Order: sequence, then C-alpha cells, then structure tokens
Amino acid sequence: MDRRTFLKASAGIGALASTGGLSAPALAQGAAARTLRFVPQANLANFDPIWGTQYVVRNASVLVWDTLYGVDDKLEPQRQMVESEEVSADGLTWTFKLREGLRFHDGERVLAKDCVASLARWCVRDGMGQMIRAIQEELVAVDDRSFRWRLKSPYPKMLLALGKNNTPMAFIMPERLARTDPFQQITEFVGSGPMRFARNEWVPGARSVFTKFDQYQPRREPASWLAGGKRMLVDRIEWHIMPDPATASGALQNGEVDWWETPLTDLIPTLRRNRNIAVDIADPLGNIGSFRFNHLHPPFSDVRARRAVQMALSQEDYMRAVVGDDNNMWRLLPSFFTPETPLYTEAGGEPLKGPRNIDAAKRLLAEAGYSGQPITVLVAQDQAPLKAMGEVTNALLRSLGMNVDFVATDWGTVGQRRSMKNPPGQGGWHIFHTWHAGADCVNPAAYLALRANGEQAWFGWPSSAEVEAARDRWFAATTLDQEKAAVADMNRAAMQHVTYIPNGFYLGYQAWRRNVTGVVKAPIPFFWGVAKS
Amino acid sequence: MLAYIIRRILATIPVMVVVALFVFSLLYIAPGDPAAVIAGDQATPADVERIRASLGLDRPFLVRFGAWAWDIVRGDLGTSIFTNLPVSLMIKQRIEPTLSLMIITLLLAVGIAVPMGVVAAWKAGSWIDRAVMVFAVFGFSVPVFVVGYLLAYVFALELDWLPVQGYTAFSEGFGPWFENLILPAIALGGVYIALIARITRATMLEVLQQDYIRTARAKGANQGSILFLHALKNAAVPIVTVVGIGVALLIGGAVVTESVFAIPGLGRLTVDAILRRDYPVIQGVILLFSFVYVLVNLVVDLLYTLFDPRIRY
Repeated sequence: MDRRTFLKASAGIGALASTGGLSAPALAQGAAARTLRFVPQANLANFDPIWGTQYVVRNASVLVWDTLYGVDDKLEPQRQMVESEEVSADGLTWTFKLREGLRFHDGERVLAKDCVASLARWCVRDGMGQMIRAIQEELVAVDDRSFRWRLKSPYPKMLLALGKNNTPMAFIMPERLARTDPFQQITEFVGSGPMRFARNEWVPGARSVFTKFDQYQPRREPASWLAGGKRMLVDRIEWHIMPDPATASGALQNGEVDWWETPLTDLIPTLRRNRNIAVDIADPLGNIGSFRFNHLHPPFSDVRARRAVQMALSQEDYMRAVVGDDNNMWRLLPSFFTPETPLYTEAGGEPLKGPRNIDAAKRLLAEAGYSGQPITVLVAQDQAPLKAMGEVTNALLRSLGMNVDFVATDWGTVGQRRSMKNPPGQGGWHIFHTWHAGADCVNPAAYLALRANGEQAWFGWPSSAEVEAARDRWFAATTLDQEKAAVADMNRAAMQHVTYIPNGFYLGYQAWRRNVTGVVKAPIPFFWGVAKS
Repeated sequence: MLAYIIRRILATIPVMVVVALFVFSLLYIAPGDPAAVIAGDQATPADVERIRASLGLDRPFLVRFGAWAWDIVRGDLGTSIFTNLPVSLMIKQRIEPTLSLMIITLLLAVGIAVPMGVVAAWKAGSWIDRAVMVFAVFGFSVPVFVVGYLLAYVFALELDWLPVQGYTAFSEGFGPWFENLILPAIALGGVYIALIARITRATMLEVLQQDYIRTARAKGANQGSILFLHALKNAAVPIVTVVGIGVALLIGGAVVTESVFAIPGLGRLTVDAILRRDYPVIQGVILLFSFVYVLVNLVVDLLYTLFDPRIRY
C-alpha cells in the first residue's frame, strides 16, 4: 500500500469508525475494479459516426452501435447482427435476416426498417456505400427481421462493405435517428451495442462514459476484432482525454488510468521500466506514411518531377525520424498496401528499393523543367509524425537543389489549405504529409488516397486511367487470385504514376496496467473481453 | 458609488461590442476549416464542401456576424459546430474547474507573495531580500508547464502524495477537490507570486521611507504593526492594481496548466476549440473572458476605496 492510500485509509477508517460504517472501502474497490479508465488517441468532440468520420469517433461508436457484419482478425467479414443472408444466383438480390432478440438501448426491438434507414444514411457518406447506391434498385424491409437489397449489377464486396472497420462503418441505428440528414449530426446516441453512451456524463474534450447494456446478446463465437461475441467484462468505461502525453504517462504509472491507446514513442522506455505496466504493439496493421503531391501545378504536374523525388526519397530517413531507433517499429515499404495482409504486393515497387540516386534525380528534375521556383510544403507542427516527416522532406528537397517554402502551421490549417486548387503562389500548395491507417490500406475498398480519378480524387488530384481500371477490376473480382492480380496492377500503375509516395510503414505502441487483461492488438481498441482485477 | 458602478457596467457594452467584432473578424480571416476537421482525413473534397454549406460557413461575413450578434443580444452564445451542444452548456460544464483553479491560485499567490514582499522590503539588502528577488526571477523565467511537470514528477510520481492529473468536483468533497488543485495552483501561481512579491517590495520600500512610519516607530509601535497596519495599508493600492492586472496572466496560464494537469476547464476548452476551429465556442469563451476581465477591473477600482478613504467615486 502506498503512503497516500495509507494516509487516506487511516483518515477514512478513523472517520468511519466514529460513525460505525466501515464497509465503504471494500465497496469502492469493487466498483473501481468494474470501471475501466482509458486514454484515447484524440478528443471525442462529437459522436455521430456517419457525420464525423474521425477514427476516434469510430472507436467509440463500436461500443454503442452494432453492425450487420464485422471483420475478424483475418479481415474476413463475419455475421454479427445478421442470422443469415441469401444472394440470388445472378448476384443482384441480397436478402438479410436479423438475429432474434436484438434490442436498442431504449428497449425497442431492432427491426429491418431500422437497418434500411441506417444503410440509406451510411450509403451517402461511404465510398463503398456510394457504389452500391449507384447500382441500387431497391432497399426495403421485407418483414420485421428481414430486408432486401436489389441491385442493377452484381456487387461481390457487399459483405465486406457492411462489415469493414474503415470509417464510416455501417452502424445500425433506430430508424428515427437514421433518417437524419447524413450531413447533420444525430441528436440521440441510441444503439444496440454492448455499451450505452452516458450522455449526461459527457464533457466533450474531457470525458466520455459508457455503461454496460445488460440486454445485449453477444454471439456465441469467441470474439475476433469486430466479429464474434462481444462480451463486456467491465460495467463502466471512462474515456479520459489527456492532450499532454507526459501527463497521460504519469497517470498510467500512478494507476489513475488503466489503458493508454497511443503513448508517445519517446515515453516507452519509461513505461517499460514500470513493472505494473505492460507495453505492446497497438495495431499490427500499423500506418503508412504519405508524401502527397499536388498534381495540378508545376513542377509536380510532370510525372518526371514526381519520379525524381521518388528515386531520391529514403524511407529509412522518414521512419527513423517518426519512430526513432527501434527497428522493430518500422519497415521499408515498396508498396501502397499494408504488409502481411492477403493482398500485399510489391509489384512495381522497384523505384523505392535499393540505394537512392540523388544525381539521377537532379537530372530528371531538370528534364521536367524545374527552374528553382519555390516548392510550398505544408507541415503540421502539432502532429508529431507529420512534423518529423516535414523536416526530412525539407532536407530531401534541398539536397535536390529545390527552393523550399516551408509552411510550418497546424493541422487545421493544412486541412483547409490542402483543399485549395489555386497555384501554390496564390494560397495553394505543392506537398503535404499525412499518414494512412494500415487498416484502410489492405485493399482498394476504402483506400481513398490511392484513387486517381482526377478532379474527384483525394487532395492532390492525381489522374490515371490505369490505376482506376485496376481498382474497378478489384471490385469486380470474385476470387482471391483475381483480387491479387488487380491489386498488383493497381500498385504498379500507382508507382509509375507516383500517385503519392509511401514513405514507410510504421507501428505504434499501446500501454496498460498489468491488472488489466484481454487487451488485443487491433486497428480499433476493442473493449470486449477486457477485464480488470 | 452606485451610480459609478452602474456607469462602469454600462461602459462594458461598447467594450464587448469591440471585442466581439475583433474576435469574429480574426476568426473569419484566420486560416483553417472546421468542415475539413469534421469530415476527417478520409473525406472527399465534395464532402467537405457539403459540410461547410450545412454549417453556414459559406455565407458572407456580414450575414454571419449579424446572425451571431443578434443571438448574443438575445443571450444565446450559439451552438458548437462539433458537439452540437449549446456553447453556454459547454461553458457551464467547464467553468467550475477553471474558477476553482483561479481562486486557489489567487489566494495562494497573494497569501505567499504579499508577506514575501513585505519581509523583503523590511530586510532590504539582506540575504532574505536577495532570496526573494532570486525567486522572483525564477518565477518569471521558468515556464508554467516546466514547473508543472516537475511538481507532478516529485509529488505525484515519486512521493505519491498527490494525483498527477484530473479534477474532482467540489460537491464530491473538499479533500479530493483540493488535492487535485494544489499542484496546478502552485505551478500557475509561480509567475503571479513573483510579480506580486516584487511590486509589494517596491511599494513597501517607498512607503517605509515616509514620515508617518518614522512617527509610528517613535511612538513605540512594534515592527509587526508598522509593517502590516501602517505601511502595507498604504502600499495596498498598487498591489491591488497588479493583482487585478495579473488575472489576465492567470487566464492565459490556466490554458497551459489545464493541459498539463488534464483539468477539464475553460482553458482547455478554448485550446481545443481553436485547434478545431469551433468558431461559436471560441467566440463565446473569449467574450466571457473579456467580460470577466472588465468586471475584475471594476472590483479593483472599488477596492481602492477600502484602502484609501480619499478615493471616492
């Protein structure tokens, strides 16, 4: 027992002894053991997973809302709310039947009409949902437990769309909430997930609280990421927002919190030295760093200029800047896709392999017509990985003889400025950095950043018919071999086009108190199966 | 006096109008896009544009300002772009921790700094005086967050006497409430103590040279009553002025302190809102801080009459 607890207990016992009530400490300890205190990666400022697609919103939403399907740790969609599905021989009609006994937190049964309304709302905001909506004939409730989705053309990736972990996920809400405009927030947070959201205890930016939903019926199968039985072993989960990593580290060491989602790499040695704390990889799917070009304006409107940077770029430099000297936390990535996943390919990745060639890069840059104009690089100083990437980019471009306009700003400004298509000298940009969760890069389904559909593409607006054609082939593929072939083509085409440059693959840590068990490595912090003694 | 108070309160209206216009204009021209933050990194440019339109952020400046100003006049601080909660509710959730921190810091600072300054003036030129001045230099020089980290390391992590972070509401007990605030108050109070101690010392030195002090000594008054009854009372006006001005330091320092100690106060609310570009929250909180600061200055002016009966309004 530490000094503070002893002093408090002595004072408490003294006070309680005078009143005759000595049982409170045991009760308090029991309640504490059923409450899990978690420090999330970011502030949960809003709580509509369709309206706000940030990862932290999704991570909280999986507690409150359930999905029809959920991917397991092999990224295969498994039934969750669905009892069975039927697809017609021509692939045009999908009929889904819900499990019995599903209830929302307000006590109402989950009905097929709730699923219809929820999917209609999700389709507006999600890439795969938009594809389905484009070929939709009808989406109707057949009866209370069944609904039907009729399409104009087959969509083999239907179950993946409904069960993927990429945001926005296809969460099922009560019909009255799901009828909210997808570009407006819902006003109630009622779901059918294993936890309720304690709205009266929500202090946005400081604390969010979830309490166990006793009527939740988990599946019988063992839990595996978003699939299987979501059995809650704690009654209450408190999310404590701590913007300062040193404070979060101190709180974890002091036992004031139980689980920290994203500890800073620099603090890991300190946490490892504490025998009460366990440290391990958070998400085996990791992250892919991104060096993003603006394809609309010179010099990077010329593929030769982009290839010049590609042949000079050292992924090792970027990764050491981002994660430090722990070689277990990063690897070289001659690919746009997540390593050690079924579709991973290095086809066409030669430009990112082997020794870097600065001289050849300079020659290619000159061929592309670069003549010393300032290169505007947007660098978010309030995001540690991006700040590090920006410093390396500054050095890289200068080594190529480029004139760098280093714009040190915050992520909010980067977010606004990167959407501007103006020339860089008029408020636009040439380069910015970001990273993509590995879970979003396992296949083309939600990989917005790899699209090359020109003006409709993600920021940078790359345009490549070959990349888009390969993507379309993946969506149409019905076998794993077909998918692999399509992804290899997409990777090759994107490397040649230099859609963007992946500047490495890196992992992050998570840390928790040793009296907490059941923490798994996954792209989302899963609370089912987590217990606290 | 009452007329003076009423005049001063009415005078806050034009001040608030200027502050409101300035803040709104600054946010309008500042870079950043809340729609992009809301939409997230996976959103398309079209999504961002649609969200911007749904939030009314594509409307002209005068339309937006006019709508917001009209709401303010009706007592409505607006709704947060992100949380969809009323700004007034968000402020209400966060005001107690900030107020608690500021009050404890103020009491701590005045309680330590004034006696320090008095003793330093009394023992001018001695090692005590020099120690106080050295402390003042450190108080000004060492950033709040550095002091905060050091205090948390020593008293929370190493000695385990106090918590590292957090806030417990006053309604849950004085002990836990005070426990959570003592380290942040010390961290935040450092620069405040340094400032007040120096001003107290300087003012006291001047007052201790006055004839009436010599007269009091000649009449046999003890040192304590000379310092605290005769001298300090006459030195109080500049001290109170500095305490009032220092409230602005407290407000600014609270932002850093609340982040370091994870206190869910208005300071953190402001920082989060600025980083997200949650315009209604930023505007609402800054208006509140401005109003509080104006009121504090009024209270300071009124306190003058307590210490110097020659001052009457």
